Amino acid sequence: MRRQVPLIITLIVGAVLIIAAFIPHHPFGRLGENFSLYFDIIAVFAFLLGGGNLVRIHGARFLRGVRTSVQEAKKGGGFWPLKFLVEFPFFAFGGLEDKRGRDWFFSLITLAGFFAMLYAGLFKIGNPDGWQGNVTQPGGLFQEFYQSMFNPLQATMYALLAFFVASASYRAFRAKTLEATILLATAFIILLGRTPAGTYATDWLPSWLDFFHIPNLANWIMAVPNLAGQRAIMIGISLGVIAMSLRVILGVERTYLGADEK
Amino acid sequence: MNRADRLSSLLVALSPAILILALFPAFAIPQTTADTAAALVGPPQNVRVSDTKGDEGGSITVTWDLSPDDHGGADTATAIIGYEILRSESAAGPFQSVGFAPKGATRFADASTHDGVGYYYQVVASTAQGGAAAAPVGPVMSSAQWFNTNRTNVLVIGLLLSGSIIYYIASARRGKKLFIRRIAGLEAVQEAIGRATEMGRPILYIPGIQDMDDVQTVAGVTILGYVARTIAEYDTKIEVPTSRSIVMSTARETIKSAYIAAGRPDAYSDDAVHYVTDEQFGYVAAVDGIMVRDKPATCFYMGAFFAESLIMAETGNSIGAIQIAGTAMPAQLPFFVAACDYTLIGEELFAASAYLSNEPKQLGSLKGQDVGKSIAMLAIASGVILLTLHQVTRVEWFLRAGNWVKDLFLLN
Repeated sequence: MRRQVPLIITLIVGAVLIIAAFIPHHPFGRLGENFSLYFDIIAVFAFLLGGGNLVRIHGARFLRGVRTSVQEAKKGGGFWPLKFLVEFPFFAFGGLEDKRGRDWFFSLITLAGFFAMLYAGLFKIGNPDGWQGNVTQPGGLFQEFYQSMFNPLQATMYALLAFFVASASYRAFRAKTLEATILLATAFIILLGRTPAGTYATDWLPSWLDFFHIPNLANWIMAVPNLAGQRAIMIGISLGVIAMSLRVILGVERTYLGADEK
Repeated sequence: MNRADRLSSLLVALSPAILILALFPAFAIPQTTADTAAALVGPPQNVRVSDTKGDEGGSITVTWDLSPDDHGGADTATAIIGYEILRSESAAGPFQSVGFAPKGATRFADASTHDGVGYYYQVVASTAQGGAAAAPVGPVMSSAQWFNTNRTNVLVIGLLLSGSIIYYIASARRGKKLFIRRIAGLEAVQEAIGRATEMGRPILYIPGIQDMDDVQTVAGVTILGYVARTIAEYDTKIEVPTSRSIVMSTARETIKSAYIAAGRPDAYSDDAVHYVTDEQFGYVAAVDGIMVRDKPATCFYMGAFFAESLIMAETGNSIGAIQIAGTAMPAQLPFFVAACDYTLIGEELFAASAYLSNEPKQLGSLKGQDVGKSIAMLAIASGVILLTLHQVTRVEWFLRAGNWVKDLFLLN
């Protein structure tokens, strides 16, 4: 029964939403949007579940880490609180042999960040319009945290992408196989075609060889073989989505529903 | 006083009035400039109004042919800058502006109408000095439709596809043997889990960063079920950091189910699946941290990914993990192909659960997809042939037929 009810709901909602895609008349016309709103409402409650899980996991890790650190400090005898403070950096950043208690300092930072943002946002601290204002209003503590801490951290993570693109390209472009060689040659033409060097390199070509002018060649690669490949993938994806959705709606695929009552 | 003198006196007496009359147009700016513009540019032609097709009501579509002067415009003062659409409930007016379409446009949808009310429309070719108006047309009423005729093609193709998928599922249920091609990435799943078991290291499973309303996440969680069953049998550890709370709950249920199915419910722990954050790069930072600290032997990336794909896959590569990825995000596929050992490309992600389960019912749905591919290939081939024939022969019919094939696959 635990699986039958969700299966029936999935079948009814799936069928109704498919029908609604072809019937614009009220009440079908806005069913898709309404169901998205219902999902958002459920997601808000689930967010509490997520927040609770985050606090539980990191809280346990932090407490375990402190406990282990104190035990370590007590081992050698002497005044252990002082020893604890001196050895604190080693304990905090992976100096412990017990893997479960390792890096607990990061859990502390996570918890501190979580509660600071929650406090600033929930009570709208420093908000120019007080309780009436929007939580993201400039001048508020929440927005201040967001702009001066969260945004730079996010940008830093995003910036890593540039380095990873370089290392991944280096591996992918090594001409070990025929496919990799073609990839390397194509990438070279595209890169060159997007720079002034590409224009200068083949500027001398006569007009009847215009196709081989590197920027033109790069544009052709992007517009013809690349686009054709992308469209082939997109057709496959669309068909896969239809088949997957039908399997879910018809109850053929039910792994995501989890365990049945035993 | 002779007759000429009298006429002269009369003219002198009337001169202020004549002067005022002569100068009057200079003060009556709107009327005069509109007339001037009307004289300099032609109004839009053949204005038509109709209820917008296939909508939920509240919209009327106005179409027109361009003003003959739409393509002119060296003289900026009298060049057409666009078309103003005016509306009234009476043919005599007054007309109110309801929108503006840019130069070159021939269509405007007025989405502010009330169903059942008759409206008259007037289209004005606007210039900097005024406008040239076409005659009002109407009345027309908006109404809601019970079927979106613009989507007839989608309905037909959808029915054909769904029918073939259901047919093959039914065939497979009856015991018909189906051939499914080998997918290298899925063949490697067992090997990857075995490697983690031998090395005594955990497996990291990332079900993408989207919520459960994304079909890619559903596919990712479904594959997780099959991976978890093998993991339960091998007694390997799995870690699933999620970026959505609902995904966390679903993944927990899925893994729990797999452990129960493998006869090892005692080995299951809720801590295997945990929530990190909804924020994209915060999530990546946490996942990269887990990778560097725990050094998982195998990393799975199955679901919807964006810019974080390469950051995670490259970190996984740097710790020497065997990596299997699957996504239907075309822009991220090259990154996964470059950084991972195996990549499920697009449809393979959706086929994975059927392939791994080896259940005839699920495999049947994959055969149904092949019918869709055949239709697509047939349409592409016929479109290419028809348009090539048009280029060679210049026969208009080939172009029309080619466009018809193209329109057949247009989504409205």
